[in-house]
Amino acid sequence: MRATPQVGTEGFQRIVGLEHVRAATPEDAIHGVQPALVVAPGSVGEISAVLKLASELGLAVAPRGAGTHLHLGAPPERLDVIVSTRHLERVLEYNPGDLVVKVEAGVPLGALQEVLAVSGQMLALDPPDGRATLGGIIATDASGPLRLRYGTVRDLLIGVTVVLADGTIARAGGKVVKNVAGYDLAKLFTGALGTLGVIAEATFRLHPLPDATRTVVVQVDTPGDAGRLVADLAASTLMPSAAELRWDDPAGPGQVLVVFEGIAPGVEAQAATLLEIAHPHGTAHIPDAGREQALWDQLRLPADFREGEACFKLSYPSADLEIVISAVLEEAQRRKILVRCSAHAATGVAYVGIREQDSVALPELVDAWRAMLAVHDGSVVVLRAPADVKPALQVWGPTGDALALMRRLKQQFDPGRMLNPGRFVGGI
Amino acid sequence: MDVAQLAQQLRSILGSRAVISEREQLRTYECDGLTGYRVVPSLVVLPETAEQVQTVVRLCNQHSIPFVARGSGTGLSGGALPIEQGVLIVLTRMRRILEVDLPNQRVVVEPGVINLWVTQEVASAGYYYAPDPSSQLVCSIGGNVAENSGGAHCLKYGFTTNHVTGLEVVLPDGELIQLGGKAPDAPGYDLIGTIVGSEGTLGIVTKITLKVLRKPETVRTLLAAYPTTDEAGATVSDIIAAGIVPAAAEMMDALAIEAAEAAVHAGYPGDAGALLIVELDGPAAEVEHQFERVVAMCRQNGATQIRIAADDEERVLMWKGRKSAFAAVGRISPDYYVQDGVIPRTELPEVLRKIATLGVERGVRVANVFHAGDGNLHPLVLYDGEEEGAAERAERAAGEILDICLEHGGSITGEHGVGEDKKKYMPRMFTEDDLRTMQLLRCAFDPAGLCNPGKIFPTPRLCGEVPGHHRTHPVEAAGLADRF
Repeated sequence: MRATPQVGTEGFQRIVGLEHVRAATPEDAIHGVQPALVVAPGSVGEISAVLKLASELGLAVAPRGAGTHLHLGAPPERLDVIVSTRHLERVLEYNPGDLVVKVEAGVPLGALQEVLAVSGQMLALDPPDGRATLGGIIATDASGPLRLRYGTVRDLLIGVTVVLADGTIARAGGKVVKNVAGYDLAKLFTGALGTLGVIAEATFRLHPLPDATRTVVVQVDTPGDAGRLVADLAASTLMPSAAELRWDDPAGPGQVLVVFEGIAPGVEAQAATLLEIAHPHGTAHIPDAGREQALWDQLRLPADFREGEACFKLSYPSADLEIVISAVLEEAQRRKILVRCSAHAATGVAYVGIREQDSVALPELVDAWRAMLAVHDGSVVVLRAPADVKPALQVWGPTGDALALMRRLKQQFDPGRMLNPGRFVGGI
Repeated sequence: MDVAQLAQQLRSILGSRAVISEREQLRTYECDGLTGYRVVPSLVVLPETAEQVQTVVRLCNQHSIPFVARGSGTGLSGGALPIEQGVLIVLTRMRRILEVDLPNQRVVVEPGVINLWVTQEVASAGYYYAPDPSSQLVCSIGGNVAENSGGAHCLKYGFTTNHVTGLEVVLPDGELIQLGGKAPDAPGYDLIGTIVGSEGTLGIVTKITLKVLRKPETVRTLLAAYPTTDEAGATVSDIIAAGIVPAAAEMMDALAIEAAEAAVHAGYPGDAGALLIVELDGPAAEVEHQFERVVAMCRQNGATQIRIAADDEERVLMWKGRKSAFAAVGRISPDYYVQDGVIPRTELPEVLRKIATLGVERGVRVANVFHAGDGNLHPLVLYDGEEEGAAERAERAAGEILDICLEHGGSITGEHGVGEDKKKYMPRMFTEDDLRTMQLLRCAFDPAGLCNPGKIFPTPRLCGEVPGHHRTHPVEAAGLADRF
C-alpha cells in the first residue's frame, strides 16, 4: 500500500534533521508532476536511511542535484519525494600527484574546477551548465565540446558509491585509474538517469590544465564544406581538444571552431597547420586572444540550453556530419521553420534547437530524423520540448533489442520501481 | 542429457570438426595463461559463427550445463579455466576482420581476431589500435573485451573499455543482442561498459566494433638508468607535476633488468638499480619541447645514463626488454608468480620498500616490473617448484603484496582480472553489500548461473528467480552455493 508522504515527513525529519525536510513547491515539479517533499540528506548514511524509509512507505523518489538537467526524460509516472544532494558538497580526497579526486555527489562542477585549478588541474568535463553537480552529470551523462579529446563521463569516472532503492550502500571501482576488480558499476550508473540508485560519491581521473589554448574559426558555406573540413582534420595528425560546428541560420553560412590545448609552441604550430588544411573548405582565421574567450563562452552554450526552445540530440557515425546537418537544414527550409544546429563535429553528436512557435511540426520532424538516422546506426533523443508535445515524441526513441535486458536490470536493482519510474528508456 | 549425448547433438548441427571430446585433445584446453589451475572440460566446441555460438549456449541452457568462453587462452587469472562438467566454447575460429571504416575510425572484428592484427590492418593508412597488452602478438580481442585489457600505453589512451563502441553479444540464455555501433551515446544503460571487463560472466561477444586512432605525428622514447627505484619514481612524479601526460612510463628494478638482459639482450645498462622508459607522443612541436623537459628531469633526479631512441628500431629494442620481462624472469628462476596490483602512484616509494622488506622476511626474491605512470605493479615472485613448500611461500607472499596495495588505497588487479585466482581476495577490497550489488547485475544477465560460473566472486550465489522450471543447480546440490 502506498502511504501519503505526510506520513513519512516525521520519519524523514528524524533522519536528516527538521530543517532539511520541506514541503515541495510548484518549482520542484518534474514535467508537471508535483512531489510532496524535498529531503536533503547530509551523508551517505542518511541517503541510505531516507531511501530505506521511502521504500518501506512505497514512495516514489527522484534524486536531484542542481536541477539543471531535469528536462531530460519522460514525465515520471509518480513522484512523492525529491532527494536533493545539495548538502553533499564536500571534496573528500584530492592528492594532485595522483591526478584523482573523490567528491560527494552534490559538488557543483564549477566549484570543483576552482579547487583543481589551484593545482593546475581540471576534470575534463564541460557540460553546458557549470552549476550542474557531479552526481547529476553522471546520471545524465552530460558532456560538452571537450569530449573529442577527453571522452565522456564513462572515460573519466573511476569509482562510485551508490545507494540502492532498499538503502544498500555499494561501492565499485576505486581511486586508482587502472582497476579491473569486480563489475564496472560506475559505467552502469552513468547515464542511467537515477533509475538504478542514487549516486552518493564519485571518484574521477583528472588532467593537467593546458598552459595555452588557441582557437581557429572557419566559416563554411555548406554542410559539405564542414564535413570535408572535419574529415581532413580527423585524418591529420593534429590533436584538437574540440571541433564545434554552429549553424544558426539555415539560409546562411556555418562556422567550425577548432580548439587546440597544450603548450604555446604546440598550439601555435597546430593552429597554423589547420589554417592550411582549412583553406580549400572555407575562410579561416585565428581570433586574437581577447575574442577567444567570448567564442569559448559561446561554445559552451549548445542549443539545448536556450529557454523556450525545443531541443534534440542526434547521434550518428562521425563521418556522416554532412549528411545529417544537410538533411536537418533542408528539411527546415522546406517547412519554412527556423532551426539552430550545433555539433561536436568530430564525434557524431549534433544538437538541434527549434523555436516554440514551430512546435507543431515537431512530431513529423522527429520521425523524419529517426528514419534517416536508423539507416546510419544513430538515434534521436528529445532533450527538451513543450510539455504538451513531449509525450507524443517518444523521448528516447527506439532502444533496440537490449530493452528486455535493461528491464531485467531495473527489476534487480529497483524491484519496487520507486526511483524515477517511467522516465527512462522503454518506460523504465 | 549427459555430455556424450550433447557432443553427438552438437556434431550433427555444427559438424564433427567443431567438437572435441577426446580426453587427450581436451587436455590442450585445461588451463589458460595461469598454468597453476588446470581442469579438463567435458567438451570443447569451436563455433565459426554467432549463430553457432547461440546454438551451443541454447543447448547448454536446455540441459543446465555450464559453459566457459575462451579466446587465445593467454589470460593470467584463470578466467578461461574450464569447468569439469561443462562446455568450453573456444572462439579461435571466429577470426575475420569484418570491416575497416577509416573515415569513422572504426574496425569491426570477430572475437578470435588477434590484438596486433587490428593495428596491422590499418597501419599502412596511418592508424593503430591503442590497447597493447604485452601478449598482443597472440591474445584475442574477445579476450581483451572480457578482461578489459590495458597495456603500456593505457596511461594516456585508456583501456579496452575506452576503445569499444559496439558489441554483438550472445547472452547467457542464448539470445543475440546488438549494442552500440559506430554512433556514440546510444540511449539506455551503458551495457557495453558493463560487459567489457566482466570476465566472460555476462555473455559471449561475437562481434566487436573498435575505435582506431590516428598515429601520432611524433613519438620520442628514452631510457634512463638510476641507482635505485626512488630516483626513477621521483622523475615520474616530476613529469606528472609538470602537467605532462606521457604515452607510457614504465619501470623495472635491478632483478627485472637482469632477467630481461639475459633473455633478449636489449642492451640495458647492467649495473642499474632501476630503469625508466618514458615515451611521449603527439604533435611534433609539443612533443619536442616536452621531451627536452623530461630529459632534464631525468638528469635532475640523478639518472646515471640516459639513452634516447634515435629511430624506430632503437625504440622497438627498448620496448622489447620491457614487453618480454615476464617471460625473461624464467632465465633467472625456474618458476615465478606474476602479481598484478595497483596503488595510487604517489605511494610508489613506500610500497616498493614494503615489498622489499616482505621479500626478505618471507625468504623470496621479488622482481618488479611496473607501469609507473598509473601505479600498476607487476611484482614477480621467484621460486623453485622443486623445493618443498616454495610454491606456497611464493603465493602467500604474492597475496601479502595485494594486502599492501589495499592498505595504500589500491586494487587487487589492474589488468589481469580476478578470474579464478583472485576471487578469494575480493572480500578484502569490497564489502558484502558491494559484492551483493554486483551480483544483482549478474542475475539480470545470467539468472540460471551457467555462464562462466564460479569466477570473480568468492561465494557463488544463485539468483532468486530462475525463469522456467525449477531445478536444483549442480553447484547448489554440491552445497557450494546458496540461493538468495
